[in-house]
Amino acid sequence: MANIATQSQPEAIREDMLIEELGFDDHFHDHHHGDKYQSNFITTYIFSQDHKMIAKQFLITGMFWAVIGALMSLVFRLQLGFPEESLAWLKPVLGKWIEISADGTGVLSQDFYYALVTMHGTILVFFVLTAGLSGTFSNLLIPLQLGARDMASPLLNMMSYWFFFLAGAIMFASLFLSTGPFSGGWVAYPPLSALPQASQGSGAGMTLWTLSLVFFVVSVLLGGINYITTVLNMRTKGMSMWRMPLTIWAFFITAIIGLLSFPVLVSAFLLLMLDRGLGTSFFLSEIYIGGQALDHVGGSPILFQHLFWFLGHPEVYIIILPAMGIVSEVLSVHSRKPIFGYKAMVYSIMAIAFLSFIVWAHHMFMSGVNPFISNFFVIFTLIIAVPSAVKVFNWIATLYKGNIRFNASSLFAIGFVSMFISGGLTGIFLGNSALDIQLHDTYFVVAHFHIVMGVAAFFGMFAGIYNWFPKLYGRFMNDTLGKIHFWGTLVGAYAIFWPMHYLGMAGVPRRYYSFDAFQAFAHFDGMNQFITIGAIVTFAFQIIFIVNFFYSIWKGKEMTDRNPWKATTLEWTTPIERIHGNWPGKLPAVQRWAYDYGKDGKDFITQVEPIGPDEKEVH
Amino acid sequence: MEIAVAKEYRRNKIHPKKFALYVACASIVMMFAAFTSAYIVRQSAGNWLEFRMPTLFYVNTLVILLSSVTLHASYWGFKKGNPLLYKGLLVVTLLLGFAFLALQYEAWQSLVAIGIELTTNPSGSFVYVISGLHAAHILGGIGALIIALIHAFVLKYQVTEGRKLRFEMTLTYWHFVDLLWIYLLLFFTLQS
Repeated sequence: MANIATQSQPEAIREDMLIEELGFDDHFHDHHHGDKYQSNFITTYIFSQDHKMIAKQFLITGMFWAVIGALMSLVFRLQLGFPEESLAWLKPVLGKWIEISADGTGVLSQDFYYALVTMHGTILVFFVLTAGLSGTFSNLLIPLQLGARDMASPLLNMMSYWFFFLAGAIMFASLFLSTGPFSGGWVAYPPLSALPQASQGSGAGMTLWTLSLVFFVVSVLLGGINYITTVLNMRTKGMSMWRMPLTIWAFFITAIIGLLSFPVLVSAFLLLMLDRGLGTSFFLSEIYIGGQALDHVGGSPILFQHLFWFLGHPEVYIIILPAMGIVSEVLSVHSRKPIFGYKAMVYSIMAIAFLSFIVWAHHMFMSGVNPFISNFFVIFTLIIAVPSAVKVFNWIATLYKGNIRFNASSLFAIGFVSMFISGGLTGIFLGNSALDIQLHDTYFVVAHFHIVMGVAAFFGMFAGIYNWFPKLYGRFMNDTLGKIHFWGTLVGAYAIFWPMHYLGMAGVPRRYYSFDAFQAFAHFDGMNQFITIGAIVTFAFQIIFIVNFFYSIWKGKEMTDRNPWKATTLEWTTPIERIHGNWPGKLPAVQRWAYDYGKDGKDFITQVEPIGPDEKEVH
Repeated sequence: MEIAVAKEYRRNKIHPKKFALYVACASIVMMFAAFTSAYIVRQSAGNWLEFRMPTLFYVNTLVILLSSVTLHASYWGFKKGNPLLYKGLLVVTLLLGFAFLALQYEAWQSLVAIGIELTTNPSGSFVYVISGLHAAHILGGIGALIIALIHAFVLKYQVTEGRKLRFEMTLTYWHFVDLLWIYLLLFFTLQS
């Protein structure tokens, strides 16, 4: 202990000395010399077991799906905004789904409109905002920020990605079926999902949809088992739970929610498949379809809704919690202040996670559930506002009087807070079962969940990508383009979703192909056009991001300082080269919490720095 | 210079793989919790055919309980240096596992015999699905037992940390599917 490094040395050298002196020697590099995991192209880039490569795989796959999902939304927005315009120019891409009439105008097929809406929801909710967000950042940050060499089981981790890939491949294949992909909505309510003859997409499309999602659940479970085990068992010396960064807390709780809710979805799918294939009547009651009465007796479609939303509601927190964790971290780093109310943040994540399991029926107020039972769900739904408000307050308090660096990452984090407030407030309206009578299944709902979990989660993801891009690729993304991307997306997202609240309050129902038959909604034509143009412009801004992302991988500004943001967490004590095993020698020993910014006159103190003689540890 | 540094550190009080198995069991529990709560919800909706659970279900509970005992004894034999007990009881456990599956099949046949088929009524459908899915999990356990058996007969007998861990994981899972069946049977019995 005598020759502990002195304060005057350059910080990277000092950190290395501290790790060498105080760190934990697991003899990793004695066993992994000339690593077998990264010996050739296939084990490095394809079937990689390195958590950093798997994070990149999740990210790029997620981006691929985000583009597909967004393009789908543009097609159905064109239909909604400009129903009179000819879509014949889309014929080369969409083929028979554009129906050309005698005078040469092309119309989007009604069946395919529903397929597009369904696929847009499924892809964005599961493939992009679950796998792309949680998969990327949990994989990247859990081992790095906890001081672990890798995940608890690198093999399961690799399988988690490849099950996700398989799920994606099956879903992608279903887009090219002659009957089209599944078209019964991403919630897959029976009977549209249970009867192959119910609609075009209910046949082969639904079969592939279910198969794909079952593989997806396997992927989530394998990933989740790994995340939880790693967080609980692989923390480095000194990394107590209360010293973990909020990112890790968020990923950890997210994984627990996923692990407890996704199996329920599998149960629902299994019963659905039996109804489809073997003639059971779990969800199907007496039905008369296509001129014939079916044999099914006494099933309950509401039962499926219960099972689905028991997953479905926790799922929205699976999407938003990782984004919240990322935002907490990014806001603290870039405002050079400790996160305000660290423990309150953790407890509110836990409270949100707990409440997420007992509010599912607020999606079902209009399904005929007992209004007295609804009261129970109203109360618990509204209670979620409390931990959510705690978090918002803490984010704003973290920014307050901060020495804020306005870069793409912190702007997106601040934008997240804005989105979360706007979307969260409308949640209070929708959580009331009485108000829901008017608002249920209208564009108000569409606006609410797109802002609060769609756009907000994307903002968290962007904040994370801009912030940790150097850790992923050793280079920086262009910050000016990033800021342009931010402002375009912020204004664009509000331009798309804000007007939808007015549509919804007027009762315009969601998922409708056309409103020609409703004279009352005719005066919304202009608003619908505005929303569609907003969507196209916002998509154009995302192209800037994609170009910036891929350009920066190869040509971005190179990282010279291994801790460019002057952050305290462990991932910035690893070498720029991003080696397998993360640290070249010993594992770092953690001496303090993750948010010592501006303490005792120092800009920041990394987690490996021991608590000094006159210093008190922050809890 | 007084500096507070992290001193005591013992990694992995429980092996991460074993812990991962516990977590996986929790998610399996959730899947069956979904089925049993769906059962309750559907039952309260009416149009529900009441019938007695096949007696074989109860007999079979003894079979699976016995197999848990034999596997645990085999594990003791393994740890305490008794290869004969270890190998012998492993074989017995595997046979009991197969017997359980066969008897479950017989139980389903007896249900069919009293006119409860898969599609007759949701009450029967649930019993088939829940016990069928449980049998699938038993099948997974049998897979693990077969691997354990191959290890026992092919590898030279020695107690290493790695082999102990593997055996303990097999044992944990087997006890888990055993307890799961007891829960399910109690549920069926109390609900009807």
